Amino acid sequence: MGFPHPIHAGETPVLSTHFGDPAARTFDGWSERGGYAALRTALGMAPEAIVDEVKASGLRGRGGAGFPTGLKWSFMPKDTSRPHYLCCNADESEPGTFKDREILRWTPHALIEGCAIAALAIRAEMTYIYIRGEYTEPHRILQDAVAEAYAAGALGADAFGSGKRLEMVVHRGAGAYICGEETAMMNSIEGRRGNPRIKPPFPAVAGLFGMPTTINNVETLAAVPHIITRGASWYSSLCLGNPKSTGTKLISVCGHVQRPGTYEITLGFPMRDLIFDLCGGMRPGRTLKAVIPGGSSVPIMTPAEVDGCATDYEGIAAAGSLLGSGGMIVMDDSTDLVYQVMRLARFYAHESCAQCTNCREGTAWTTRILERILRGEGKESDLALLMDLADNMTGKTICVLSDSCATPVVSGIQKFRADFDAYLTGAAAPVAVGA
Amino acid sequence: MTDELVSVTVDGAVVQVPRGITIIEAAKHAGVLVPHYCYHPSLSSPAVCRMCLVHVEKMPKLVPACVTPVADGQVISVHAPAARKAREGVLEFLLINHPLDCPICDQAGECELQDFVFQEGQARTRYSEYAKRYNPVEDFGPDVLYVPNRCILCTRCVRFMEEMAEAPVLAVAERGDRAYIAIDPHHQLDHPWSGNVVDLCPVGSLVSRDFLHRARAWELDKSASICPGCTQGCNITIETRDEAVVRLRPRPNLEVNRHFMCDTGRLDYRWMNHGDRAEAPLVRDGDRLVAADWDAVVARLHLLVHDTTGPVVVLASGRASSESLGWLMRMLEARSTIAAMKVPIGDEAPLAGVPGLALRPERAANLAGGLMVGVRDAWADAIARVGSAGLVILHDVDLNDAEAAAIAGAGTLVHFATATDDRLPRADLILPVTMMAEEQGVYVNRDYRAQRYLPARTAPGMARPAWWAASRVWQRAGSERTVPTTTSEAFAALPAFGGLTHRDLGYGGRILDPAVVSR
Repeated sequence: MGFPHPIHAGETPVLSTHFGDPAARTFDGWSERGGYAALRTALGMAPEAIVDEVKASGLRGRGGAGFPTGLKWSFMPKDTSRPHYLCCNADESEPGTFKDREILRWTPHALIEGCAIAALAIRAEMTYIYIRGEYTEPHRILQDAVAEAYAAGALGADAFGSGKRLEMVVHRGAGAYICGEETAMMNSIEGRRGNPRIKPPFPAVAGLFGMPTTINNVETLAAVPHIITRGASWYSSLCLGNPKSTGTKLISVCGHVQRPGTYEITLGFPMRDLIFDLCGGMRPGRTLKAVIPGGSSVPIMTPAEVDGCATDYEGIAAAGSLLGSGGMIVMDDSTDLVYQVMRLARFYAHESCAQCTNCREGTAWTTRILERILRGEGKESDLALLMDLADNMTGKTICVLSDSCATPVVSGIQKFRADFDAYLTGAAAPVAVGA
Repeated sequence: MTDELVSVTVDGAVVQVPRGITIIEAAKHAGVLVPHYCYHPSLSSPAVCRMCLVHVEKMPKLVPACVTPVADGQVISVHAPAARKAREGVLEFLLINHPLDCPICDQAGECELQDFVFQEGQARTRYSEYAKRYNPVEDFGPDVLYVPNRCILCTRCVRFMEEMAEAPVLAVAERGDRAYIAIDPHHQLDHPWSGNVVDLCPVGSLVSRDFLHRARAWELDKSASICPGCTQGCNITIETRDEAVVRLRPRPNLEVNRHFMCDTGRLDYRWMNHGDRAEAPLVRDGDRLVAADWDAVVARLHLLVHDTTGPVVVLASGRASSESLGWLMRMLEARSTIAAMKVPIGDEAPLAGVPGLALRPERAANLAGGLMVGVRDAWADAIARVGSAGLVILHDVDLNDAEAAAIAGAGTLVHFATATDDRLPRADLILPVTMMAEEQGVYVNRDYRAQRYLPARTAPGMARPAWWAASRVWQRAGSERTVPTTTSEAFAALPAFGGLTHRDLGYGGRILDPAVVSR
């Protein structure tokens, strides 16, 4: 199968094997395709054994931070005198990122199964899946799948007759980007304003409702059943270079490529091949200008940085950016980077939760300066000002939304200075934005 | 938190501080104020203003001093270049949408935004974008106006209403730089303690309608006092401009009122500015009252105390000082005396988030002080005995018409007065006395905590504290009697208070032994 394109020979379909196959959405369809075997296995395993297996697989968080998943689970207390919670982060809102959406809409039972196994591993009876409010179709599909899983006995007070309780609630977000930040998400589930919390305390100590909590991304959890079924060594063998980056990764590619869509690669896959082979390269007559490889919060890459870059955590970091969520935005030579950076800054200004001064005011001010530059009213000193504001917005707030706004501004100015200079010198025609 | 101490260095100074306290509190031990807005010691710490970021050795990033606990051996730098730049950045961010309307802002002169910008901000703005964010002024409640343009969204007001008042009617609305403080559309900010949000607001965003445009902060003289409104005994500051009381504000006392006072106490000060004051001693001469000097009045009162017969009835105000009540009773020690204090009763209004803090039903600040010297709260009984009394001594008490009519017919009436009362035309003596705002004194609250208050304005004319006059009368009754010359001596001379001086009471007051009290 494959969606929206047939699976390319360069891909390594694990999570995406059944994308595009509506029959895989149902409990029976999923079971026929090998689903729920992993959960049955896991129900017979000790929590430590599940954690060890996932640790050995090398699986790292697919939401953006890349933290080792098994290690995160091991932070949960062993005693269960207080309830433990699992939160699945399905609030996929990072601009350019739409890989979880495909899991949610095509293989919802993969996620449910992954959540159930993770819940067993962290001794949680309750899982909240926090799904992005705008994901109406995926929400409906996931909600139906959860109902089916309950009806089939995979979830409930006595999962598959094991005597273990596995409850699952799908909680729909209301459209705030910041609720994808894990502590804001917990506030949102609790019915509070979705503001990030100060850490410490970390969620494993005091998370949802003040109880020990683990938050994992959709893609991370969907990979877990495969690790249980096929083994940690199989998973860790999926590696094209750096042994710290194992397994497959969904990359959602958008922008100026011939075949945008979600692709599943083995970590370490050459970024250039991903763009020019799997995605069909640039439109005719166009050349690559810039790539944002991991969602809008990471530094922008130049074509030179893309060349030779391995698509994994370490490879992209070495090239000066981050794998992040795997939401890749590709821009060709028709792109005005000043405008693109302004659009990103405007997004962050709109989505800032308004708690921290630096973020609330800094994102908006940054946006206004960029809009003014686009209107042809920029000054030479504006770039130094933008850089200084970015410094004042980086590493100084409760969460990283502020940093995320500063990052494309800094990399945009550093790497695509000519685009900015064109507006400052009057070489570029003014654009009517803002004011 | 334990009693265990850890050693930390703050800007070079080594201090021993309790383990578990935050860096911002530890810095106070070293005499260093970490600039901050959202932090308040009586509220939770959201760490949102980002002003208190400090440098700590071996930490990769600056840390918020308000939520980071100290660790032994920590080397903290509030004035490290990185911390200074961070604060300068925050101040700049706070100012870009700020109207800079200090010349017409009530907060100017006592504004923490002004203070820290003067201290560490940039002299010039780098903001050259279009018009600043604008939102119109909003009525939050009977006494509180919200000026959103000045708001820095520290959320102290939101947290006060949520955590202290437990009436969460305020919230942050909207996101990003469109955010503002919103009030529940179905509610007003009319909680009995809501006025505290004005004090908590570090800028001029929440202002008191009562105080609006009344004075500039630098014109105010401030005196430490105790709220005379009820038996709670909240510590307050009386603020005067040119001898006129213009504002009462809470003064921190963690044992009594934390950082707060109720709106009833806060707004009840106009009587302190009463214009029609008794300014000279008056002595009855036939049908007339004629002005006299203090010696003459003291001598006359001495004669009345000695020459009248029958019981004496003392009717006192709940705002009278312990010294005055004590010395009035001592002046009458040779007589059979029925003394009562008028204790108006109102509704109780607790501040839910602070156990033991409430506007108390007993609206008499010194009820316990009175009880300790023999002034009871059996007011109606005392009024009923006025008709058969040989001598009635009235001390600065608000009378209703029935009470005034009863007293007007009394045989001999001595009035220790802040104002003459036309309903009492037959007073034999009128002694002009100070009110609490004009004198030093001690109130004893419901927990028998004795607390000092200081004069906030000068007394009118020849007015003196009642204890002064009473002690001089007492002196005449025997040879070799020495009398106090200061209020502290007046307090220490009263056995009910165990010989304590004012200094012995300390800054936060002192719990007295109520064993001597009999109801």
